[in-house]
Amino acid sequence: MALATSPPADLAPPRDVATDAAGLGRVRASAFVAPGLALVAIFLVFPALWTLYLGLTNYRLTGIAAARPKFVGLDNYATALGDQEFLNALWLTLLYVLGSAVIGQTILGFVLAWTMRTVHRTVRTVVESLVMLAWILPSSVVAFLWIAMLDRDSGTLNALLGTPGMAWLIDHPLLSIVVFNTWRGTAFSMLLFSAALGAVPPSQLETARMAGASGWQQLRDVVFPHIRGHILTNLLLISLWTFNDFSPYLITAGGPDNRSETLPIFVYQTAIFDGQLGFGTAISLLMLLINLVLAVVYLRLLRERRS
Amino acid sequence: MAEIELRGLVKEYPGGVRAVDGLDLTVADGEFFALLGPSGCGKTTLLRSIAGLETVTSGHIEIGGRDVTRLAPGARDIAMVFQDYALFPHMTVRDNIAYPLRIKKMGKPERHAKAEETAEGLSLGALLDRRPGQLSGGQQQRAALARAVAVRPQVFLFDEPLSNLDARLRLEARTFLKRLQRELGVTTVFVTHDQAEALAMSDRMAVMDAGRIRQIGTPTEVFQRPTSTFVASFIGSTPMNLLDSVVDRDTLRVAGVTLPLPASARPHVSDGEQLVFAARPEYMSFRAEPEPTGLEGVVAIVENMGVGSLVSLEVAGPADVTRIVQVTVPEGQEPEIGSRGWAVPAPERVLLYRRDDGELVGSARSDATDPVLAAARN
Repeated sequence: MALATSPPADLAPPRDVATDAAGLGRVRASAFVAPGLALVAIFLVFPALWTLYLGLTNYRLTGIAAARPKFVGLDNYATALGDQEFLNALWLTLLYVLGSAVIGQTILGFVLAWTMRTVHRTVRTVVESLVMLAWILPSSVVAFLWIAMLDRDSGTLNALLGTPGMAWLIDHPLLSIVVFNTWRGTAFSMLLFSAALGAVPPSQLETARMAGASGWQQLRDVVFPHIRGHILTNLLLISLWTFNDFSPYLITAGGPDNRSETLPIFVYQTAIFDGQLGFGTAISLLMLLINLVLAVVYLRLLRERRS
Repeated sequence: MAEIELRGLVKEYPGGVRAVDGLDLTVADGEFFALLGPSGCGKTTLLRSIAGLETVTSGHIEIGGRDVTRLAPGARDIAMVFQDYALFPHMTVRDNIAYPLRIKKMGKPERHAKAEETAEGLSLGALLDRRPGQLSGGQQQRAALARAVAVRPQVFLFDEPLSNLDARLRLEARTFLKRLQRELGVTTVFVTHDQAEALAMSDRMAVMDAGRIRQIGTPTEVFQRPTSTFVASFIGSTPMNLLDSVVDRDTLRVAGVTLPLPASARPHVSDGEQLVFAARPEYMSFRAEPEPTGLEGVVAIVENMGVGSLVSLEVAGPADVTRIVQVTVPEGQEPEIGSRGWAVPAPERVLLYRRDDGELVGSARSDATDPVLAAARN
């Protein structure tokens, strides 16, 4: 019986029919794909290769080196790795990512998502709307709001704390942009964690409660194991976004004295203000490499969980 | 040792819905007690209130003489098994079983020894290092039971423990669960919507409707003598025949037939009173020849039930409305469809209910029950 129901072997469709379902043939199919490939080549592949090339030259925005850039090999990279300002920017970027993305947005986002589960619906709607508002406002608007907030002479914060003349942006520039980015970006983590928490089976939490588990034990034994993948995905995304985030420039412009100059700002200053395009692109490539390393680490952690 | 006592329990949800409505119940020590009812009747809310997962609006819950009404779920010495078993997917079976012991700060070697001993008793010994995802439905259920058993609680609560198993396994699990409860002797309350499950497993059962208990008793009592038409229609694998009838002096007129009024009912009814005549299909016999005490009808459907068949007779009612009367017949005596037949009720098995409030004839009338409401609820 089982043999009779399976189709005879000679009726099975030949393989090349399956790969050419529309029956176009290789030439016509290629013609259809060509415009798309051309666009990708012009706007994606070429600039990428061009950047690679620029990073190996002393190309400048103006002057002789702009007309006749010279090939300098890996000099730009060697300079960058020995450059005090680059290392400072790298260190500040790591602090910025750690402070505003890993600690700020992730932890605050989780705490918000966790507490909003049990509060009254009205409170939840209000809090979620406010957090969302911070997320959807344009960076320039948010930056202006924070400048108004932290201003030395007529800032809101000084008025609230009763500390007139306190120059937050000058005395604590890094802290200022960390708080700013946390405030602005927490919505994403909160929403992601809200969805993740909604998928934790209530019966498992209740089983833990019946066993007498405290709030922390419930988090440790039931919630975190369930949402570990979400936590890692969230960390990966916001770390990369924050690493490449340029908006602190709108608040402190990297200053004072380069004390809030993260890598994107450093690249901007180097390439556009100082005009060292070759050096700037080299640093951009270094940033790309760091991003890749970050991504690989997170993906490794994610895969470890699945196996 | 651990009797459960509920007094005046009310659980009201925001918006005024009363899931549990002033409920009194005592479950004896070591008893296997079933809460049965249609969905939305409040049985799960009641179970969760005992567990402490729901905060009751008013009333008291005592377990083993200790008032636990305001205690946290973990402090009530109760273990609960959920419908979906709620095993932690990231832990092995051993760690799952040992989890409540770990929360109670038992050392690792001891709690693992305890988990292994319990698992052995539930024939899970070979599966201790597996994750729940690698177990079959029946094994998952036993792992969840083992987790409940290992802590030696005063009370077990089971929420629809068998409904995630397939039909064959469910029957095995029923026997298994009943034996386990008997061996452990732990007071157990379980919730089910399946009347057969409640009848088969429980020592005593409560039939609930709209947040109240409609009847409480042993399975035999509830099956043989439902106290209301609601319980009568809910219990039994074949639906009870419920027919409108009228008292005529000392006889009863049902579907065009005049039957003698049972002597025990006589003091409680008046001439011309509207009643509901109730008889189980199993307690009626089928005749192919005219029978003066039989309800006459035309055979419409014959359903094979394995041992015997269920015959549906179309009986002419008042004003030419046909009613269906069902009767079981033994194997090999199935009538022809379209032939005439008579369903003869066994007189000692006939139950009579008042038409207005649906309660058994002779039972005390509760003034609180508005007959209109009672009718609407049924």
